[in-house]
Amino acid sequence: MPTALADTERAQLEEILAQHTGVEGPLLPILHDVQAAFGHIPQSVVPVIAAHLNIGRAEVHGVVSFYHDFREAPAGRHVVRICRAEACQAMGANGLADAVLARLGVEWHGTTANGAVTIEPVYCLGLCACGPAAMVDGKVLGRVDEARMAAVLAEVGA
Amino acid sequence: MKDFIIPTDRDMGTPASRSAQMVTLTVDGFEVTVPEGTSVMRASAEAGISVPKLCATDSLEAFGSCRLCVVEIEGRRGTPASCTTPVAAGMVVHTQNAKLKKLRRGVMELYISDHPLDCLTCSANGDCELQDMAGAVGLRDVRYEAVETHFEVRKGGEANPAYIPKDDSNPYFTYDPAKCIVCSRCVRACEEVQGTFALTIEGSGFDSRVSAGMVGDDFLSSDCVSCGACVQACPTATLQEKSVIEIGTPERSVITTCAYCGVGCSFKAEMRGDEVVRMVPWKHGKANRGHSCVKGRFAYGYASHSDRILKPMIRERIEDPWQEVSWDEAMRFAADRMRGLQEAYGRRSVGVITSSRCTNEETFLVQKLTRAVFGNNNTDTCARVCHSPTGYGLGQTFGTSAGTQDFDSVEATDVVIVIGANPTDGHPVFASRLKKRLRAGAKLIVIDPRRTDLVKSSHIAAAHHLALRPGTNVAVVSALAHVIVTEGLMDEAFIRTRCDWEEFSEYAEFIADPRHSPEATEALTGVAAEELRGAARLFATGGNGAIYYGLGVTEHSQGSTTVIAIANLAMLTGNLGRNGVGVNPLRGQNNVQGACDMGSFPHELPGYRHVKNPDVRAIFEELWGAKIDPEPGLRIPNMLDAAVDGTFKGLYCQGEDILQSDPDTKHVAAGLAAMECVIVHDLFLNETANYAHVFLPGSTFLEKDGTFTNAERRINRVRKVMAPRNGYADWEVTQMLANAMGAEWHYTHPSQIMAEIAATTPSFSRVTYELLEEHGSIQWPCNDSAPEGTPLMHVDGFVRGKGRFIVTEYVATDEKTGPRFPLLLTTGRILSQYNVGAQTRRTENVVWHDQDVLEIHPHDAEVRGVKDGDFVRLASRSGETALRATVTDRVSPGVVYTTFHHPDTQANVITTDFSDWATNCPEYKVTAVQVSPSNGPSDWQEDYAAQAALARRILPAAE
Repeated sequence: MPTALADTERAQLEEILAQHTGVEGPLLPILHDVQAAFGHIPQSVVPVIAAHLNIGRAEVHGVVSFYHDFREAPAGRHVVRICRAEACQAMGANGLADAVLARLGVEWHGTTANGAVTIEPVYCLGLCACGPAAMVDGKVLGRVDEARMAAVLAEVGA
Repeated sequence: MKDFIIPTDRDMGTPASRSAQMVTLTVDGFEVTVPEGTSVMRASAEAGISVPKLCATDSLEAFGSCRLCVVEIEGRRGTPASCTTPVAAGMVVHTQNAKLKKLRRGVMELYISDHPLDCLTCSANGDCELQDMAGAVGLRDVRYEAVETHFEVRKGGEANPAYIPKDDSNPYFTYDPAKCIVCSRCVRACEEVQGTFALTIEGSGFDSRVSAGMVGDDFLSSDCVSCGACVQACPTATLQEKSVIEIGTPERSVITTCAYCGVGCSFKAEMRGDEVVRMVPWKHGKANRGHSCVKGRFAYGYASHSDRILKPMIRERIEDPWQEVSWDEAMRFAADRMRGLQEAYGRRSVGVITSSRCTNEETFLVQKLTRAVFGNNNTDTCARVCHSPTGYGLGQTFGTSAGTQDFDSVEATDVVIVIGANPTDGHPVFASRLKKRLRAGAKLIVIDPRRTDLVKSSHIAAAHHLALRPGTNVAVVSALAHVIVTEGLMDEAFIRTRCDWEEFSEYAEFIADPRHSPEATEALTGVAAEELRGAARLFATGGNGAIYYGLGVTEHSQGSTTVIAIANLAMLTGNLGRNGVGVNPLRGQNNVQGACDMGSFPHELPGYRHVKNPDVRAIFEELWGAKIDPEPGLRIPNMLDAAVDGTFKGLYCQGEDILQSDPDTKHVAAGLAAMECVIVHDLFLNETANYAHVFLPGSTFLEKDGTFTNAERRINRVRKVMAPRNGYADWEVTQMLANAMGAEWHYTHPSQIMAEIAATTPSFSRVTYELLEEHGSIQWPCNDSAPEGTPLMHVDGFVRGKGRFIVTEYVATDEKTGPRFPLLLTTGRILSQYNVGAQTRRTENVVWHDQDVLEIHPHDAEVRGVKDGDFVRLASRSGETALRATVTDRVSPGVVYTTFHHPDTQANVITTDFSDWATNCPEYKVTAVQVSPSNGPSDWQEDYAAQAALARRILPAAE
C-alpha cells in the first residue's frame, strides 16, 4: 500500500482539494494541480482524493493510469518529448529517437542518472509539416535532427 | 454467463424499457412491437433473433464497446451497434448480411489475436460467451500473432516478463487477466448493480486491464464486497467461481430461495449430481432481480462442513458425553422424557421454540406440536428478540403485522428514511437497490448512532445523518412529527380520508407540545435541532417518502413505541398505500416473517389470531382433533424464568441458538441448565446444545421442500436439490417426534402442510404450491379478494379500517450510564457474517471477519489508554467479556459498538434483561458499559470454553 503523506504534503493536497470545491468534473483539474505541486501523482493521494470526491479509489486509479501524462514518479529537471507519429517517422524520427536514447543511456520514460532529463515519446504534436518534431519543457521544436537535439540536450545538462 | 437449462433466462442484451408507448419495427423481415426506448438488440431478441454480442448483457446498461453487435438499418449510414441504438417506428433492421458477417469476423479475429487458445482446458469451457461468439460469427482463422502477450507464462522458451498471474486472493473466485477481453462488464456490474465502485479499467490501449482498487490492491484488499455480480457478468473465464474451476460446469439447476437474511433472494442452485457447483442469483427473482450478496452467492459451504452432526444423539445428563443412537431410540427417549415431565410437572411444563430459519411448513408443525400434542401454547420464536415490536406496532396502527411494500417499490421512492438499520451489511441486496435509486437522485435520511456505509460511500451520501444517542429513537421520531405538525407540513387530505380525525387531533395536540420540539430534545438525543428540522421538512415535502427500519428500532425498551411513531410519521405525511412509499421493516432472518405468520407466538394462532378467540380455536380444534389451551403460553424469557423457578422443564428448540443470540447469556444458561429435557434440533452442536439432552440433526435449505416468507410478505419456494444428509427434512423429524408422543400425523410432502395452513388461515387461503409454481412467488394476503397476492398493502384503506394515531411518549430506558459504566454499547452485524455465525463461521467468509471487535471513538480510546487492535475488557452490570478494539470515528464519543457473530466473544454476556414494554423484545441496542485495557479473555470466557468443550464430547457409536 502507498506510504502515508507527510503533514506538509497533506496540507498542500487539502488546499488543492479545497480550491476545487463545487467545480463540476473536478477530478482531472485536481490531478493536474497535484502533478504541478508534487511533480507526479503520488499513490498516497489517490485514497484521499477518492474520499474527498466520494468516489471509489479504483475510479481515481483508473483515471490516473489512463493518461500517460500523469506520472508515477517525478520527472527529471527537464522533459524532452520526441514525436513518434507517422509523419515524423517518415521524416526519420525513429533514427533520431534511437540516437537520443543511446546518447542518454536510458529507455523511453527514463530519466538520466544525473536527474537532468526525462525522455518520453509523444504521438503527434501537430507539427506534421515540419517533422521530426520534439518538445522540450513544453516548447515545441520543428525539423529536429541529431545535431540540433545534441545541442538541446547539452543545454539542459544531459 | 451462459445459461444452461432454463430457456426463459435468455440474455436479452440490454435492460427492458419501462415505457408504455409501443413501437413497431421490422427485424430481418419479422415485425416486432416493443416499448419505446428498447434497444435494437433487445427488440431483435424479442423477435427471437440473437445478435452476436460480447459487452452487452441485460443486467447492465448498453455500453457499445465490443462492436460485435453491429446491424444495418435501412436509410441510416454505416453499421450502428444494436445495443446502443434505440428502436424507432417503422425501422427496418438487418442483422445478418455479407457486410455484417465480414465486420464481425474481423472484430472477433482481433479479440482472439490477444487471447489464449486453450479452450479445452479452460475453466469456462462450455460456459464462455467468447467461445460461443467465435462460433456464431464463423471465425475459422486468426491471421495475427500475439507478439508481446501478458497471457503466456513463457515466451520462446523463456519466462515472459509481461505475464500477469491470476489474482486468487478472494476465497470464492479468481481474476485471471489472461482470459480478459476488457468488455467492462465486471466494472459496470460493480457500479450499476452492486454500487460499490471497487473495480476500474486501468491503463489504456493494449495495456488496459481490470483492476480491483488501486496500485498495490488485490481483490481482497480492495473495496470489493464479494457480491459476485462481476463474476456473473463476466463472459469468459476471467472472473470465475473457484467451485467451477474445481468441479466443472453444472448439468442442471433448481430455483430456490436463499436461507440467509429477510430479503429472500431467489437463486439458481446449479448442480452436478448432488453437488452444488454454484449458487447464481435468479434474474426473475422478484425480491433480488438477479442480484446477490457474499452470503447467498458463496457461503453455502456449511452444508457440507465436517462439523455437521448427521446422527441423533442423547445423554442422560448434560455433564455426560453424547451417545449416538438410532432415530427410533432418540425419538423414544425424547418422547418419554417430555411425557414424563408433563406427568410430573403439569401440561404446561414443556414448550417449543420455532425457527426463523426453517420453512413455514416446519414452523407450522412445531407450533402445532405444542398446541395439539403438548396441549399448551408455550411456543415462541426468535422474532421475540428481533421484530416482535413490529408485529405489535404495525398491527395496532395499520392492522397488519408486516411491511407495506414490495422491494420494487424502492425504485419509485424520492425520500428514504433508514432508521436503526444497516442495510449494506444486514440486507445487502436491498441496499444495492436502494443505492441505485439514490444515485438516480432520491434523497436519504439516516437515523443511526453509527456512521454506517449508507451515510457516505462511493457516489451516495445521506442528506441528513441524525446520529442520535442510543435509546432515544422515540424522542427523535416524535421530534420529526412535531416539526411536521407544527409547521403544517402534514397531508391533511390523507389523514381526513384514511385515518380517524379525532384520534389524529388528539395526537396532534400531544405532539405539538413544545417538549417534543427538536430544540427541547436536542440535549437528550444529541441531534442538532436544525439538522432534525431539515430532515423533517425534506421527508414531508420531498415527494414519495419511504421508511425502512431494522433492529435498531425494535430492540429497545421502547421498541414498540418507535414502531408506532414510525407508523404515525408515515400516516402524517400520507406516505402509505401506493408505490414508492410505506413502512418497511427489514426482517432479520430468512423466514422470521413466516415464523410470525405461522403462529409461533404464545398468544397467537397462525394468521395473528389470539388464542383467546373461541371461533379461531374451533377451526384448529376441528381439524386437529385436539383441544387448544385458551390461555396464552410462555414467551422465551418467561420460559427461562420459569425454568429457573423449577416450573418449566422441557424444551424442543428447532434451528435457533438462544444461548448465543438471546440477551444476558448467564441467565439463559441458568434456565437451560435447570431444565430436564432440552431437545436441540440443529445442523451443528450449537451453544444451546451444550445444555441439551437430545440432539436431532437438522437439514439445510438445500435438502428440503417448503416455503420462506421474506420481509415483503413474499412466499418463495424452497426446493430440494439434494437428499438430506442427516436422512430427514426437518418437518419429518418434527412429525416423528409428534408421532412418538402419540400424534398421528401423516404428512408426506410439505405441500400438504401448506394446504392445512391455507385451510385454517384467511390471509393464506388461496396459497397452494401450484399457484407458487405458476407465479414464482406470492405476497400474502392471498385470498378470495386478492387471488394473486398483495404487493402493496393498505391501498384503498387500512386493513383495520381507519389508520390509528397513537401517542408516543418518550420514556428513557432504565439502562443508564453512570460512573461505573459510562459508555453506551450498541450491537449489530457485519456483511460477511450472519446472526450467531453458525453457518457463516463455517465458510470462507471468516477471511473478512474472524472475530468480533469493539468499535470505540478515538477520544474514548485515548482516555482509557486503548490503542487500535488492543485486547480490551468490556463490562456491564450483567457480565464481562474481552475482545479486540478498533479505534474509529464511525461511532460517536460515548458510544461503543460490536457484533455478536462469535460465541467465544459472546457479546450477549454483556446485554441486560431489559426489554420492550409491549413484547419483551430485549434491549440489545443499549447497554451501559465500561471499557478497559486487558491482556486476554475474561474468566467467564475461559470457563465457558471449558464447559463447551466438555459438553461437546461424543462417544463412539456402540458396536
